[in-house]
Amino acid sequence: MVENTIHATQAVVTLDIALPGIIWGWMITLNMWAKSIGTGVVMVGAYLLYKYKKEEVSSLRWIMPLISFIALNVFLLFTLVDLHQPYRMVNIFLHPHWTSAITVGAWMASLFTLLMTILMVIGAADAFPGLGGKKCKITALARNNSGLYEKLFPFVVFLAIPVTMYTAIIMAESSARELWQAPTEMIQMLLAALMAGSAALILSSGSWDKEVRKDLSLVLMVAVFASFLMYMGEYFFSFKSSEAEATLAYVHAGGEFNVEFWFGMVLGFIVPFFLAASTIKSDNTTLLRFAAILTLVGLYLAKDVWLKIPQMLPLS
Amino acid sequence: MKLGFLVDLNLCMGCKGCEIACKVENEVPLSSWRLRVKYIDIGSFPNTSRSFTPLRCNHCENAPCERICPVSALHYLENGIVNIDSARCIGCAGCMMACPYGAIYMDPESNTADKCTYCAHRIESGMMPACVVACPVEANIFGDVEDEHSHISRYIMEHQGGVQVRKPEKHTNPKHYYVGGGTQTLDPLAHQRLEGYGLFNNVTHLEHNGDPHHGVLDRFLAPFVGHEKIDNKSFMDFSADQTTSKEGDH
Repeated sequence: MVENTIHATQAVVTLDIALPGIIWGWMITLNMWAKSIGTGVVMVGAYLLYKYKKEEVSSLRWIMPLISFIALNVFLLFTLVDLHQPYRMVNIFLHPHWTSAITVGAWMASLFTLLMTILMVIGAADAFPGLGGKKCKITALARNNSGLYEKLFPFVVFLAIPVTMYTAIIMAESSARELWQAPTEMIQMLLAALMAGSAALILSSGSWDKEVRKDLSLVLMVAVFASFLMYMGEYFFSFKSSEAEATLAYVHAGGEFNVEFWFGMVLGFIVPFFLAASTIKSDNTTLLRFAAILTLVGLYLAKDVWLKIPQMLPLS
Repeated sequence: MKLGFLVDLNLCMGCKGCEIACKVENEVPLSSWRLRVKYIDIGSFPNTSRSFTPLRCNHCENAPCERICPVSALHYLENGIVNIDSARCIGCAGCMMACPYGAIYMDPESNTADKCTYCAHRIESGMMPACVVACPVEANIFGDVEDEHSHISRYIMEHQGGVQVRKPEKHTNPKHYYVGGGTQTLDPLAHQRLEGYGLFNNVTHLEHNGDPHHGVLDRFLAPFVGHEKIDNKSFMDFSADQTTSKEGDH
């Protein structure tokens, strides 16, 4: 009976439309995840290039832009594919609306990808003298302008920071989703980049010096620990608006988002923290690589949940 | 001039005449709504009451959808209407994420964002919005809120203290007002969507956003090979997959 199951003061919707489901789905998760890798390798790579001699991180000069280039293209591809009118993407450049973080981000990410392409070509041309053959004009041009790499690199590192964080501004502009309005979102983006960047570089650090891997372990460890603490702070302790509280109920209440969130937290944050900590002294490359893979998987899951749950909430 | 809307919920009887008039006037496809009337039941049997709440775009003075739109497809008109240019829209759905009132939808025919424009095309010709004309009890009041002699301004002054907007804490400064509303009717978190209590069951979330037959490849190929023609039957596949609710118990 109704009076036994619904509290007398509770209001119940008895006729309404079907609400929109998840609008920004897995493609946007993948987009954010790939962007974290694309910018993170530059941030972490910059630290390594600053600290170590070229011989100690011999392949970093071309591997870093290559990883970043691939990740950024995945990011741009899924940004485009997610549009309902992909050919009109050009309108962002022809009719830009500068109050939109989507516009500012698209311009910055495009410039970043362009600069990264230049660095990749120069880095590869320098590392592989036979690349493209003797007649290839592009590699010849790249080798003749090898010094451009060092000149452009500081700008690229500087640009990597806003390119990493602009998604947090898009989320802040998505004022209907209060869970994303937290100021911690920007820091989470930065930490995600450090996690993804160090993980991606760990996977390609086979020939590098032991001390470099130790540093990468440390960056990974600190980033996953700080990011985990922030997620827990947001999840359990922070002040939350009623909407954000209701959004988190989709995780609190159990179900698929609960499983995905905690699976992501354990797999991508807690386990890699301990694995990375254990490899600092032992230099166990296999274990460290395992931690890196787990971090990338866990980061995707955590981002996926955080992206989707606010969209389940009825807005009207 | 700043055009605004006021709905007197004490007068609204939930006939959905406004909803149908809007659908017809703007040729809104199935599965999409620019204006809808929501039924909410309060209390327990036999002491129950039912309220009817028409919901449409609030034409905010500080519109989050306008701010986030990357190509200015959403823009302000001089009379305060937040209009949309479908020809420019890229379909990023940023506006759908930004609108705190869930008033924007992805049109399944054009695959662009769309919403209530206060019937801007009718206003331009000196006519009232279709929903205002259709309302049998004149619960929909429309006019210039900057003109102190307009019907809507006088109505607001007469009902001072009882005029509300939805989600004022968002600082969007909506130009859509309600008289006779309460938290239970205007706050979506103050009422529940429980399976088994609606007039229709298994209606919680749309399984598609925009055209259900407009996959990733179709989006790229459509300009060259054409697009599957959409009619009402396109949306009438009531298979088990489409009717199963997902996390819709709020």
